[in-house]
Amino acid sequence: MKPLDPDILLAIPLLPLAAAAIAGLFCRVIPRWVASGVTILGVAASCALSLYVANAVLFGGADVFNGTVYQWLMTDGVGMQVGFLVDQLTAVMMVVVTFVSLCVHVYTIGYMADDDGYNRFFSYISLFTFSMLMLVMSNNFMQLFFGWEAVGVVSYLLIGFWFKRPTAIFANLKAFLVNRVGDFGFVLGIAGIIYYTAQFGGASLNYADAFKAAPQIAAQTFNLPGTDGVNAMTFICICLFIGAMGKSAQVPLHVWLPDSMEGPTPISALIHAATMVTAGIFMVARMSPLFEHSEFALNFVLFIGATTALFMGFLGIINNDIKRVVAYSTLSQLGYMTVALGASVYNVAIFHLMTHAFFKALLFLAAGSVIIAMHHEQDMRKMGGLFKYMKVTAITCWIGSLALIGTPFFSGYYSKDLIIDAVKAQHHLHPDNGIATYAYWCVMIGVFVTAFYSVRLLFMTFHGKPRWDANPAASHEHAHDTHAETHPLPHDGTPHEPGWEVKGPLVALAIPSVLIGAMTARWLLFGGGFGNSIFFNDEHHELLNELGEEFGNWVSFGAHAVQNPVFWLVAAGVFSAWALYIKWTHLPDLIATKLKPIVFVLENKYFFDWINEKLIAPLARLFGTAFWKIGDQGIIDGIAVDGSAKTIGFFAGVVRRVQSGFLYSYAFWMVIGLAVMLGWFLTRSLN
Amino acid sequence: MIRLNWMLVLSSVLFAISVAGMFINRKNLILLLMCVELLLLSANMNFVAFSRITGDIHGQLFVFFVLTVAAAESAIGLAILVVLFRERRSINVEDLSTLKG
Repeated sequence: MKPLDPDILLAIPLLPLAAAAIAGLFCRVIPRWVASGVTILGVAASCALSLYVANAVLFGGADVFNGTVYQWLMTDGVGMQVGFLVDQLTAVMMVVVTFVSLCVHVYTIGYMADDDGYNRFFSYISLFTFSMLMLVMSNNFMQLFFGWEAVGVVSYLLIGFWFKRPTAIFANLKAFLVNRVGDFGFVLGIAGIIYYTAQFGGASLNYADAFKAAPQIAAQTFNLPGTDGVNAMTFICICLFIGAMGKSAQVPLHVWLPDSMEGPTPISALIHAATMVTAGIFMVARMSPLFEHSEFALNFVLFIGATTALFMGFLGIINNDIKRVVAYSTLSQLGYMTVALGASVYNVAIFHLMTHAFFKALLFLAAGSVIIAMHHEQDMRKMGGLFKYMKVTAITCWIGSLALIGTPFFSGYYSKDLIIDAVKAQHHLHPDNGIATYAYWCVMIGVFVTAFYSVRLLFMTFHGKPRWDANPAASHEHAHDTHAETHPLPHDGTPHEPGWEVKGPLVALAIPSVLIGAMTARWLLFGGGFGNSIFFNDEHHELLNELGEEFGNWVSFGAHAVQNPVFWLVAAGVFSAWALYIKWTHLPDLIATKLKPIVFVLENKYFFDWINEKLIAPLARLFGTAFWKIGDQGIIDGIAVDGSAKTIGFFAGVVRRVQSGFLYSYAFWMVIGLAVMLGWFLTRSLN
Repeated sequence: MIRLNWMLVLSSVLFAISVAGMFINRKNLILLLMCVELLLLSANMNFVAFSRITGDIHGQLFVFFVLTVAAAESAIGLAILVVLFRERRSINVEDLSTLKG
């Protein structure tokens, strides 16, 4: 029962920051081994301390730490502080972030070995680790927002890491702009928190104060034209969730995530799969005391999540770029987490976040390993039969995929199946709730789709006939990376597995991908593993207890899979992928020609990009131009600024006619003035 | 006996002439300087007149100061005028309107 030491907590985010500063500021002078060494040391120390803290909080019974370490400023009674809230939820996130980050750091040594931006890259990913830790450890909205934007900036820098490629610059700008849309909602939500906490116990940005005021805020309504009163909590929650939609890439703000694959693969694994994109999920779970008060907001979350989970999965089926398939799978899995949030089983969402972080980082790193071996070729149609050339990558990739599709006893099975069970229970508890029914069907079909595209990826990459040496020169010409030509691996036509620094992280991530679910599911979800860090409304407790009774223990839950339709959907997905891509390989093209309209819609990604570029962007520009021409140039510049100057100029023009420039007129006025003053003086003295 | 009023009238007339000279003359800067001198002399006239009537010598003493200052002033004025003429090739008052707003 000893309290946590704030110095240790402070060291956890600051060590990666210091390493990032060393690697970044001196990136032109220090040798490569210093940059990678210092950042890996920083993150490793941070990871070790996180494990220590997690051990103390989760098992050692240490008190939850909630305190301010630094007061930045105070304005209008609202304090802006750097503070930490370290409870069970934070501890889990800290371990996930630092562990995946450490694996990615080590992996980067191999992946970026021949890149000029080696030192810069290490600096960025270390800076990312710092930002993400600040985000998850925060105890107030100000620091949350800081971390939120900081990870956004690092994501921007890393998507555009190869800044000489126009596509990378387009992608990073797109990510930045789409995230601004989300942030707009997020800032409004935070503003709502300040506004309403000011009415109940003093304006504050601290989580604790906001949570304390939550029941009173939930009783408030405010008038919005065209509605009969909007619940204040619903408004705040939806605004906050719009922020989460931007960061966690939920429909319709998902468009940036597939394009973010322009960045190097290690950051796709770290930022765009395992950690940063889950910040939105984490934030909603952290805000569970707020969301629990708004049924409407939860249904909104459920709907968006279900839509993302299913429809982004479909896009994974038709893509041929190995990284994009994994990216769409990430979108789909983020949708699953959001569904869990919407069903108000936040702990299951965080549980899926954790298992997903391991196996999705693994899948990305495995994809990166394949990309290195194929000399930076990413098109799966030019792969195939790689299994015998790169066994470690293939086996770990199989493990990651099996975890992803929810094979019994793998980690993903526990988390995903519990989400489906929760939605099912929600659907049964509220049969009149159409959204719950919709979500249930979405996640069920999503299971089949996930299994199909994951196994399709495996078959197209590692099995079947090799398609890569059919045209070895072509793969070189169409190489994606600018530095493909300088790759040190001998290009004799056969792929080689990269060295230990690539294989090591794969194995390190494969182990938790298999075990973490079975190990922690029961204790974390039903044994009070999250303590009081996640709030449940009483009516939802019923749902959780029901899930717990159904769960039993990890063996029985795993063994029950065969009685569950979910398992058979997975099996069907795997079988159809095998049938189409191994057995009857002529079938996919045939199906594609038969279902031309559907393929057309999918290939255009439901026209989201088209709508954004052809409708929303011109409309926004139109508004911008109108505000610029009328508001800024017309009113502010024209009337306020230039107008006052013109008025003064006009009067000055009238007055200056007095200044004729002729001596005699000045003399004349002097005499007149003198006469007037003398006259006034004389008459006064005479009277 | 010369009466005070006569002398005051004379000085007023002198004053009026010099002021009028300033306004009416729009050509020559030298004339302007001469008008200024005349202005000062009309003031001196008053000093002398009052000094004689009241029997106070200070008035006549003051005239010397004024005369000295006037001499210095016209010396400076003429010097400026010479420089001005070199610069502008003109001492026409109408041309000297750089201060015009």
